[in-house]
Amino acid sequence: MRQSLIPVLTIVAAIFAIWYAAAVWLNAPWARDVAARNDQSLSVTELVAATWSQEKPKLPAPHQVAVELYDTVIDKKVTSKRSLVYHSGITLSATLLGFALGTALGFALAIGIVYNRVMDKSVMPWVIASQTVPILAIAPMIIVVLNAMGLSGLLPKAMISMYLSFFPVVVGMVKGLRSPDAMQLDQMRTWNAGAAQEFLKLRLPSSMPYLFTSMKIAMAASLVGAIVGELPTGAVAGLGARLLAGSYYGQTIQIWSALIMAAVLAAVMVGTIGAVQRLVLKRMGMA
Amino acid sequence: MTDSVSKTAQGTVIQASGLNLTFDTNDGPVHALRDVNLEVGKGDFVSFIGPSGCGKTTFLRVMADLEQPTAGTVTVNGVSPEEARRARAYGYVFQAAGLYPWRTIGGNIRLPLEIMGYSKADQDARVKRVLDLVELSGFEKKFPWQLSGGMQQRASIARALAFDADILLMDEPFGALDEIVRDHLNEQLLALWRRTEKTICFVTHSIPEAVYLSTRIVVMSPRPGRITDVIESPLPKERPLDIRDTPEFLEVAHRVREGLRAGHAYEE
Repeated sequence: MRQSLIPVLTIVAAIFAIWYAAAVWLNAPWARDVAARNDQSLSVTELVAATWSQEKPKLPAPHQVAVELYDTVIDKKVTSKRSLVYHSGITLSATLLGFALGTALGFALAIGIVYNRVMDKSVMPWVIASQTVPILAIAPMIIVVLNAMGLSGLLPKAMISMYLSFFPVVVGMVKGLRSPDAMQLDQMRTWNAGAAQEFLKLRLPSSMPYLFTSMKIAMAASLVGAIVGELPTGAVAGLGARLLAGSYYGQTIQIWSALIMAAVLAAVMVGTIGAVQRLVLKRMGMA
Repeated sequence: MTDSVSKTAQGTVIQASGLNLTFDTNDGPVHALRDVNLEVGKGDFVSFIGPSGCGKTTFLRVMADLEQPTAGTVTVNGVSPEEARRARAYGYVFQAAGLYPWRTIGGNIRLPLEIMGYSKADQDARVKRVLDLVELSGFEKKFPWQLSGGMQQRASIARALAFDADILLMDEPFGALDEIVRDHLNEQLLALWRRTEKTICFVTHSIPEAVYLSTRIVVMSPRPGRITDVIESPLPKERPLDIRDTPEFLEVAHRVREGLRAGHAYEE
């Protein structure tokens, strides 16, 4: 832990330095325009200060995003429509539901592919094809179709999350359930084990490392799906709505704070899966 | 059926007659076994020796119902290999220990017992008994990676002994271990065989190992896989390691070597 502290802090400092420098570079033309219109000339320090404090900068400086985050996360009531926690909660619920549905679907398809010859030959190409369709194209249609069927709100967004998150689970679990070698399967045969016993005692435990790795990818994909699913609904609520509203009104600071919030959310969820993974594999004696 | 039952009564455990097995490969058919006839009596320790490709492992797998012969018949305990497998008549020890990394040594030995539906108390007693048998008491709670290769292989033998199979089929179980560990395990295996009176079929490609362990040695040769010689060992049941320096031992070893060489001369 201690050895990694200094390298990590160095990288973080470097990122902030690059960020601030980029903010100066990108926002300077606007600052100069404003000054020229007011017949002023800016010294270097004034220019730098001006680029870091614009209301609608091309690239907001880190501290501007931090202030916005503080305002919308800490200062606002959680129930307020201006609270980022409120919006995160909406996106999070769609993400988690979509992730659960996607993992279940992926798991079921993987079992089908491993145990059924017809599914083995036929399902995988469709699974792969499904992921080559741009999600941005298919998301509005899912929303529209489900709306016509009387479904709105959480479920349509969760469906889009599911659409993205089942894929890594199928691929990972097919590999995982097939990971026992021929000798281990022969061994089960010598004990006259049934299919259910073979699955529960050999294939399923063998697939655990694959499952957790797949679930981490699925979780991240699920969040992307939920955010994308919020765009075509007209930006009512959620992190996707904040992104869309921000881009309508040129509120770059709002966009960046929503992006950071999404990244934090993803990190926490993937980190949680990682923690569960370590716990489970340790208890299984595999880590 | 009645015929084989009466044979079992006389003490025949495994009987193969006119056994043929051909694998269809991309390079055409491969004769893994041709016209194999053999009887294994109750309590025998039979070794199968020969170069790779002679069909010794295939023969063992046929007995275990892991391969199907293309012609001929095999009976195990008087019934077909499939029925014998369903009746859990044999324990099979593979070349690799194949312990599950997520189970402790005790848990691994318990695995076939769980599958076969033994009661919890019975499982505990059996795990304890077979761990004693392979001198691994005290390692029940350890995970496989905490044990040496030789100890892991002993655990896998214990696992094959845990349920009441009279037959032990062993496919080069010590092949991946070094000479010193191997000697030790050979000694232990003999002691275990004397104590449990199981029938053991043992595949190896080590001449000293085959001669030291066996009451009968089946010499096989490749392309097509067939039996070239069956040698009855004159050695006593009680065999200290230094029996390997006696003239009787060397004579048997010599005959095995001749048999292996003859199999090759036939080929070239």
